[in-house]
Amino acid sequence: MRLLMNKVFLVLATTAAMIGLFFLAWILFTLCIKGVAGINLHVFTNDLVNGGLRNVIVGQLMLSGIATLFGIPLGMLAGVYLQEYGGNSKLTEFIRDLSDVMMSAPSIVVGTFVYAVVVIPTGHTSGWAGVLALFILMVPIIVRTTDDMLKLVPIELREAGMAIGASKYHVTMNIVIRYARAGILTGILLAFARVVGETAPLLYSSGSSQFWSTDLTSTFPSLTVSIYNLATMPDEEMVQLGWTGAFLLTAMVLFINIIGRYASNKTRR
Amino acid sequence: MINMMEVQGLTFTYSGAPEPSLNNIMLPIEKNKVTALIGPSGCGKSTLLRAMNRIHDLYPGHHYEGAINLLNSDEQAYTDILGLKKEAEMIRLRQRVGMIFQKPTPFPMTVAENIAYGLRLTGVKKRIEVQEVIEKSLKDAALWNEVKNRLNDDARGLSGGQQQRLCIARAIALKPEVILFDEPTSALDPISTLAIEEMISVLREKYSICIVTHNMQQAARISDYTGFMYLGEMIEFDQTDTIFMKPSVKQTEDYISGRFG
Ligand SMILES: Nc1ncnc2c1ncn2[C@@H]1O[C@H](COP(=O)(O)OP(=O)(O)OP(=O)(O)O)[C@@H](O)[C@H]1O
Ligand SMILES: [Mg+2]
Repeated sequence: MRLLMNKVFLVLATTAAMIGLFFLAWILFTLCIKGVAGINLHVFTNDLVNGGLRNVIVGQLMLSGIATLFGIPLGMLAGVYLQEYGGNSKLTEFIRDLSDVMMSAPSIVVGTFVYAVVVIPTGHTSGWAGVLALFILMVPIIVRTTDDMLKLVPIELREAGMAIGASKYHVTMNIVIRYARAGILTGILLAFARVVGETAPLLYSSGSSQFWSTDLTSTFPSLTVSIYNLATMPDEEMVQLGWTGAFLLTAMVLFINIIGRYASNKTRR
Repeated sequence: MINMMEVQGLTFTYSGAPEPSLNNIMLPIEKNKVTALIGPSGCGKSTLLRAMNRIHDLYPGHHYEGAINLLNSDEQAYTDILGLKKEAEMIRLRQRVGMIFQKPTPFPMTVAENIAYGLRLTGVKKRIEVQEVIEKSLKDAALWNEVKNRLNDDARGLSGGQQQRLCIARAIALKPEVILFDEPTSALDPISTLAIEEMISVLREKYSICIVTHNMQQAARISDYTGFMYLGEMIEFDQTDTIFMKPSVKQTEDYISGRFG
């Protein structure tokens, strides 16, 4: 009887996995077929207004990159505080819980929040609003990774640092963070990969633009938002461009993820 | 003879613990001698050692009573290290009283940087000076020949025994007056153990040493004085020969003859 139950579960679990994998493969397959067809130099050298994707790709990377640039110091400082200075105080627990909640907040909620506090008061969508939305999504991830990675640093290493006369500050900066460096870097990379593919938080914050722009104070070109817009257009060519964008985005996210995993595997050895 | 350190009536209670882990401990650390601490697991050897450079103070809430006197550099008077409060004073204390842990703890840096790091914190900045100290400390730690071509490799790539000797080199680079060893060889193979024991008998000429060990032969081989601890008390302290040949307390005799512990 128990053997039978075992078999049934095994079959069910395998089937479920197969169904999941099947859809994943289907999505990737369609994406490749439709996406690759549209790839040519023209896509990379022209802006959206001329049927290319140059401005939106650069725009997307700028939005995520700037959000990361601001997110790293804040997130890491908070993570270091939690692990090295916070102890077991109520405040530490509160910040940990808060950042966990923030991490699972739906991204559309963050987008709407930014819309309410930035876009409505200023009267228009802007690059900075998009950066803010991605920043809010990203910081809790970096806090969490830093916190987790520092927790893995052996306590003996901290004691050994103190034992040669290093101050708490020096031990933290030169020994603890250095030990956890690769892990934290991987976490940041994965956090970047996570936000670079977001649409919902950008939809009402940065919006998207057809034209080349590096001016963050006005509506800003975004790849994800453009894919969303292109997909629903009546024009065949535009839809094709949407597929190409989706393919490029997927390839990019996949690539960053692979680098991240590779780096983290290397450190674990 | 002159004592480098004197633990006097030390009673130590861990934060939140109902009972003290050390009771009224007396322990002299004679200058340029090796003092060994033996006793069954949990008797408080590490606790005592970690009080002597106040590494306990990394964590808040522990409670000390009594005194731990450290000979001033001018050798005229003693300072009670339990009276130190400022971070700068603690840092100075730990530079004067070095510590080697049971598990090797190389910093995530190159072999050379491991030694240079503590040195730079003391204000030694000149490259040539730093390099001289690196070479000298590695020679004193009997490691130079093995690593002289690997100075710029990550220290975590060394073997366990080499890592432990690197930690010793790192400690002596700071020219401490006392070195505390907490079971420095219990994680090592017999050959590395021998290398470290030989080094300790050489180091005695320049430093005053206190070593915790579970290995009775080791205590007998390398130490001049031995203290036997049991349940947070210093049961007997005497010259190593006396402790091993004709101890005056029955518990000591039982322990060293392997009848309990
Ligand atoms: N951080 C701590 N908080 C509370 N009690 C502790 C702490 N560390 C050790 N103790 C207790 O203090 C006593 C002495 O421990 P200590 O580690 O000094 O023993 P030891 O002689 O070094 O033992 P071993 O030979 O196993 O290393 C033990 O009863 C232990 O349970
Ligand atoms: Mg111990």
